[in-house]
Amino acid sequence: MSLDQGALAARPERRGAAALAVLSGIAGFLLTLAITLFGLVVVTFVIGRVVPIDPVLAVVGDRASGDVYARVRAEMGLDLPLIEQFRIYLVKAVTGDFGRSVLTTNPVIADIRTYFPATIELATLGTVIGTLIGIPLGVFAAVRSGSLADQIVRIVGLVGYSVPIFWLGLMALLLFYARLDWVAGPGRLDIAYDYMVAPVTGMVTVDALMQGQTEVFWNAVSHLVLPACLLGYFSLAYISRMTRALLLNELGQEYVITARVKGLSETRVIWRHALRNAAVPLLTVVVLSYATLLEGSVLTETVFAWPGIGSYITNSLQNADMNAVLGGTLVVGAAFVTLNLLSDLLYRLLDPRTR
Amino acid sequence: MAAASPLRLWLTTSEPRSRMQARLGGLYQGFRRLARNPTAVVGLAVVVLLVLVAAFAPLLATHSPTAGGDLRTERLLPPGPVFWLGTDDQARDIYSRIIYGSRLTLTVVVLVTVIATPIGLAIGTISGYFGGWIDRVLMRITDIFLAFPRLVLALAFVAALGPGIENAIIAIAITAWPPYARLARAETLTIRNSDFIHAVRLQGGSSTRILLKHVVPLCLSSVTVRVTLDMAGIILTAAGLGFLGLGAQPPTPEWGTMIAQGRRFLIDQWWVAAMPGIAIFVVSLGFNLLGDGLRDVLDPRSVR
Repeated sequence: MSLDQGALAARPERRGAAALAVLSGIAGFLLTLAITLFGLVVVTFVIGRVVPIDPVLAVVGDRASGDVYARVRAEMGLDLPLIEQFRIYLVKAVTGDFGRSVLTTNPVIADIRTYFPATIELATLGTVIGTLIGIPLGVFAAVRSGSLADQIVRIVGLVGYSVPIFWLGLMALLLFYARLDWVAGPGRLDIAYDYMVAPVTGMVTVDALMQGQTEVFWNAVSHLVLPACLLGYFSLAYISRMTRALLLNELGQEYVITARVKGLSETRVIWRHALRNAAVPLLTVVVLSYATLLEGSVLTETVFAWPGIGSYITNSLQNADMNAVLGGTLVVGAAFVTLNLLSDLLYRLLDPRTR
Repeated sequence: MAAASPLRLWLTTSEPRSRMQARLGGLYQGFRRLARNPTAVVGLAVVVLLVLVAAFAPLLATHSPTAGGDLRTERLLPPGPVFWLGTDDQARDIYSRIIYGSRLTLTVVVLVTVIATPIGLAIGTISGYFGGWIDRVLMRITDIFLAFPRLVLALAFVAALGPGIENAIIAIAITAWPPYARLARAETLTIRNSDFIHAVRLQGGSSTRILLKHVVPLCLSSVTVRVTLDMAGIILTAAGLGFLGLGAQPPTPEWGTMIAQGRRFLIDQWWVAAMPGIAIFVVSLGFNLLGDGLRDVLDPRSVR
């Protein structure tokens, strides 16, 4: 009782300190985010400058006269000093103006808006699968640490770290699509279903459900399940490994012994006490894994002809469409950077030990 | 035990006569600890095998890696007694191509390591040793690179520099150094105020000398572990770039490029794409197993 009162008395001051910590944490996050995103813009600008393709030639062709060449060059702002060019580039990048794609002739940002939801759909489902299986698997391995089961979980994880994702994707297509015919093949929908769903969120499964098109929905699921399981496996490899390490660390703490001595059931000790203390770092692990999947889906999308941002970047690359490549890189990079730093912030905000 | 060889006695003596003997003895002890970990031994065996295969590729290969056979009769043959792992669409022997491909894989791993490790070590030790604004600027740059998506960045670099194995190596190296810098900085922070560093400074040792002769060697073991663990990732990234057509160009027998070529015949001639993938998988698994084992040996803090 007296302890409670003591805690109460100390509370206003602590709450003030906590609020301050939260504020400074958020401010630090925003500052780091701004600096890192600025760095990203610098890097893509530099990449755009060293590219051996002459952007003027790409527009005027190699038969244009010197006059035309010079005029187009001036129109594109390429005769300005580099620093001025960068300033213009930065302003445009911040407002989402990445120029036009030579390949699709649309503004790059419009393209990205149609392609990005497909990537989010895939990466989200992958992370959900990876988390739902990875965490129990990691807990299981930590509880039976050193046993054969632990070794098997470790090998499953190591295989995930070692196998080329595009190759596994091809093999999965060969087995489950071509041989067993359990799932639909590459692409997002069978051609017959194209255009039947109006794009609202851009995620076909969500749109089909919202518009009550169950047939289209199941077709989309059948296309989605294989690449999502594949990404889920990679996320599982990482999440199960981290869960095991974090939980092992907690299980070595004294409060766990206390809980056991109190006579709590082992299930309760693990799930309610130890895992709860590992929850915050685990959350950051899941966020990080999500960021990695957003990026890592480049190869998976290519294998499964999934019309996401990864396919968009690689397609543009093969056609020397630098506006699209750099715009796509910036958007994926910004999403990755934000999630990456967000996981850091979450850790600081949610875990009182870091204050 | 009584029949211990003189060499082992020399290696395990508690009073080494020379620095060389002490060093070799330390290596031997480390190796003994590594040898007790069965999965690490498997990893080491795979890596040694990779080096041997790369070195003796001309002896091991049964056919030319780039010149095709008879296009009418030897295209897309399944694995058999003449072509052990089958042939591709140019009637080339897949087994021989994989054997020669090991050279490329090894080149990529070695070159990326040779480029990225010194950069990381230099930035990390300088940052940790001098502190102050140098530290802040260098670490900010490192953090920026660390927060970048590596594969997408490598993609953009290769797009700018043009496809090819050399540019792929440069691109991977540019994205690979930041973790080493972080690690080297952390190590440097723990040793920069130790007595022996003060002693060297009092004797008039320059900062360069302290960094190169005393700080860097102490950072090496933890960085080595990290580099070994990263090698699988390097191999996978290089193969991924090859698969996207941005790494090694055909007809180079690069494993990722080979998978991309086999993709067209996936359904009917699965072995063309399957075999190089198995090679990539085995080699990266080997590096991962070895890295795990090395971490337990070299990094006393992570011992469970």
